[in-house]
Amino acid sequence: MPAEPGALSLPGLDVPAAAPRRGWRPPRFPLAVIGLFVAAAMAAPLLGLPDPHAQALRDRFKPPGWQEAGSWKHPLGTDRLGRDLLSRIVWGARVSLAAGVLTVLVASAFGAAVGLTAGYYGGRVDATLMRITDATMSFPVILLALILAVTVGPSFANVVTAIAVILWARYARVIRAQVLTLMQLDFVAQARIAGAGAWRIITRHLLPNTLGTLLVLVTLQIGYVIILEASLSFLGAGIPPPTPAWGSMIAEGRDFVTSAWWVSLFPGLAILLVVLAFNLLGDWLRDTFDPKLRQL
Amino acid sequence: MSALLEVEALTKHFPVRRGLLGRATGLVRAVDGVSFTIDAGTTLGLVGESGCGKTTTSKLVLGLERPTAGAIRFQGENVLALDRAQLRRYRRAVQAVFQDPYASLDPRMRVGAIVAEPLVINERLDRAARRRRVLELLDLVSLPARAADLFPHEFSGGQRQRVAIARALALSPRLVVLDEPVSALDVSIRAQILNLLRDLQQRLGVSYLFIAHDLGAVAHMSHTIAVMYLGQIVEWGPADVVAREPRHPYTQALFAAALPIDFDTPREEVVLSGEVPSPLRPPAGCRFHPRCPHAMARCASEEPPLRPHATRQVACHLY
Amino acid sequence: MSRPVVDVRDLHTHLVTRWGTVKAVDGVSFSVGEGETLGLVGESGSGKSMTCLSLLRLVPRPAARILGGQVWLDGEDLLAKSEAEMRKIRGRRIAMILQDPMSSLNPVFSIGMQMREAVALYHGLRGRGLAARAAELLAAVRIPSPAERLRAFPHQLSGGMRQRVVGAMAIAAPPRLLIADEPTTSLDLTIQAQYLGLLEELQERHRLALVFVTHNLGIVARICDRVAVMYAGRIVEMGPVRRLFTRPAHPYSRALLESIPRLGARAARLTAIEGQPPDLARLPAGCAFAPRCPSVMDRCRVETPPETVVEAGHVTRCWLEAPGAGAPAGGRPA
Repeated sequence: MPAEPGALSLPGLDVPAAAPRRGWRPPRFPLAVIGLFVAAAMAAPLLGLPDPHAQALRDRFKPPGWQEAGSWKHPLGTDRLGRDLLSRIVWGARVSLAAGVLTVLVASAFGAAVGLTAGYYGGRVDATLMRITDATMSFPVILLALILAVTVGPSFANVVTAIAVILWARYARVIRAQVLTLMQLDFVAQARIAGAGAWRIITRHLLPNTLGTLLVLVTLQIGYVIILEASLSFLGAGIPPPTPAWGSMIAEGRDFVTSAWWVSLFPGLAILLVVLAFNLLGDWLRDTFDPKLRQL
Repeated sequence: MSALLEVEALTKHFPVRRGLLGRATGLVRAVDGVSFTIDAGTTLGLVGESGCGKTTTSKLVLGLERPTAGAIRFQGENVLALDRAQLRRYRRAVQAVFQDPYASLDPRMRVGAIVAEPLVINERLDRAARRRRVLELLDLVSLPARAADLFPHEFSGGQRQRVAIARALALSPRLVVLDEPVSALDVSIRAQILNLLRDLQQRLGVSYLFIAHDLGAVAHMSHTIAVMYLGQIVEWGPADVVAREPRHPYTQALFAAALPIDFDTPREEVVLSGEVPSPLRPPAGCRFHPRCPHAMARCASEEPPLRPHATRQVACHLY
Repeated sequence: MSRPVVDVRDLHTHLVTRWGTVKAVDGVSFSVGEGETLGLVGESGSGKSMTCLSLLRLVPRPAARILGGQVWLDGEDLLAKSEAEMRKIRGRRIAMILQDPMSSLNPVFSIGMQMREAVALYHGLRGRGLAARAAELLAAVRIPSPAERLRAFPHQLSGGMRQRVVGAMAIAAPPRLLIADEPTTSLDLTIQAQYLGLLEELQERHRLALVFVTHNLGIVARICDRVAVMYAGRIVEMGPVRRLFTRPAHPYSRALLESIPRLGARAARLTAIEGQPPDLARLPAGCAFAPRCPSVMDRCRVETPPETVVEAGHVTRCWLEAPGAGAPAGGRPA
């Protein structure tokens, strides 16, 4: 194997500086969009926006600021109840992003744990866990959320639960596959020879080597979860009104698409932008860390 | 000379499972009644081609697999009857270096942590003492102290093997299993590593189980050589005796195929016919008889035992 | 002296990597005649595989480019040909056997189907004649029960058998030049012995020019007539095998030969080559071997040595051999 740049020369000769960086071009567009939404979501109370819940029936269905009938007091217009759309979108970002991130974190933690265990122990443990995983993966998320909404009532917690309870299976599969590959590598055998037990091998050797994959998967899935949440809210099984949520906002504007098009369009655009940004970021992470994941 | 490791009639069979319920439909006789000893401070070279069972043997010695039958005695104690604590001590005394320098080091850990890991798991040293020991080990393998803070990918293949050797020596083992330690390295680097291994043996008195397909390297490093074929040892004796005057027909073919680069040594061409049979269905009688140029009627029905002959042991009806 | 089958002159192939441009093949020249075997020896990064790919013009694009030189095959310059013309030459007049037989054979097609493809391409045979010729080829590479084997799939054969099948496809045409790139590295020793014997037999029967790439000097001693030792993209020594092995002129060749453990000689210590193989993206000025050379002189670090003739048919690139050489720093063993 040709010596990698930065390789030490031996013996007794001087050690050159660390390996040169590869062409590192961070993805500006996705980071900017995500950064913008995250910043806006977090700073929502401080932005001096009109109260998203404040109804002003006199001002209902005001078009966006640049239109003739609109005013810059409501830059993106108002909805059916006169609530400012821009404000609702910003506050809605809190909901969507929180739902996306929280769900994905819970699902990935659980899924990774299952995948690591199944991959490490193999045999019957693996077979059992994988059967459970397969069964889970085949259950439709929307159906589960609707059931929850009907039985327990729609809420933020229900959305996160419903999605996470099904989503972890995807992580389990991918992480298990990667663990199986890692187990073939000698350094795992070496850890055993050194006397390491299961816990040490899993946490110290296997887990750190799956973090790259996890990161990619998590990022790619946030977009998916946001869309799921929006769909659920659209169907009325997600975040209940009056909390602003992009999905329910689109639903509210459904009957007025031709007349007050902005009520549905702008929340829809927000979803589009955020999901696109997360997907692009995920692609970039995948290409940087592990091109083998390209089929995801 | 005390025997450090004694292996007697060691056997490992793997069931072949087919079908939904995983019924055993056959038996892979990976290791079938292997016996040898390794004395303290010496090297046993284990040679053979694919399917001969040398890798499985090394895994049995390392405790990574449990034998189906047979005994392993380390410093007189039966390894298979050890309790937890004693087993831990055995594990510490027997370490390994594997072939692939790119797969044997965790890419996410710094070299210092990699070398220190056996210490972390097995000993109660404080951080400073550990660091001292790590630097000591790196020095043993001629790596600079700075290496401890770098990651594996910053090293070349030969240097990584040095790291692997340093790690294997961390617990001051009595026996190190070397499984193709230089096969994946460039030819010009192999001599460096082989020299290092020999120096370490002289300095530390550690024994080696040296597995390689490069017969020249094996002959150079080993005090005794054991030749395996289809799970059994066919010849075993002092290295120069086995290498220079092999008696078993398989050993002769093997060493003839080793292709020395000396033009002056006359070489006998022994080219075997046929393929290496599968360990699933080894031939009856002497396992080598279908390919043996000297096969007799007896060889197809009677398995020859390992018998002493001309200062070594051979399993062949010719002797 | 009849014209050589292949005559490579001053071949240059560069590879663009993320660490810079690498001169994978840096002015390589050699020739091979009919029935002759040239061993191409070197370690990873020496350029031996890239040289072979350059002969076939199969260098991985767009990263690699053949920048200059000539490759004469029976009097025609391959580097001047169009891609369409090269396609007719590959397989037909030049064939190549690679190291890993599993990737050379398509796992989803039977042996017969793959051989038929090769044979049909070169001979325009069909049906029965095709199958018969395919079976003939398998028999030529000593595969038992060839007609039945045609129906087998690659995974049903052992490594040695697969390499023979690959060999059979390679000689289907038969070609003028056969390039074998480490074909026995993944084979067991006794199987390797069989395979080398087979290659010799095929070469003699078809009067092939054979280029055998390997890092194993034992194989070179066994089947090669001449050998070229490569280092960092250049040929540092080339000559008849016996001569080069007994009286190597280049310090690298010498060090390589001395570092190999020999059977039956439990010498105290192997002579190791210090240092690491070169980083092709950051080659030093002058001779690429200078950082590791036991006989290095000041001149070596500054100027690249030219090709010097040591004896008829034996050349090397070393300032020690160049006319008017100064006293070496380390001295040469007598």
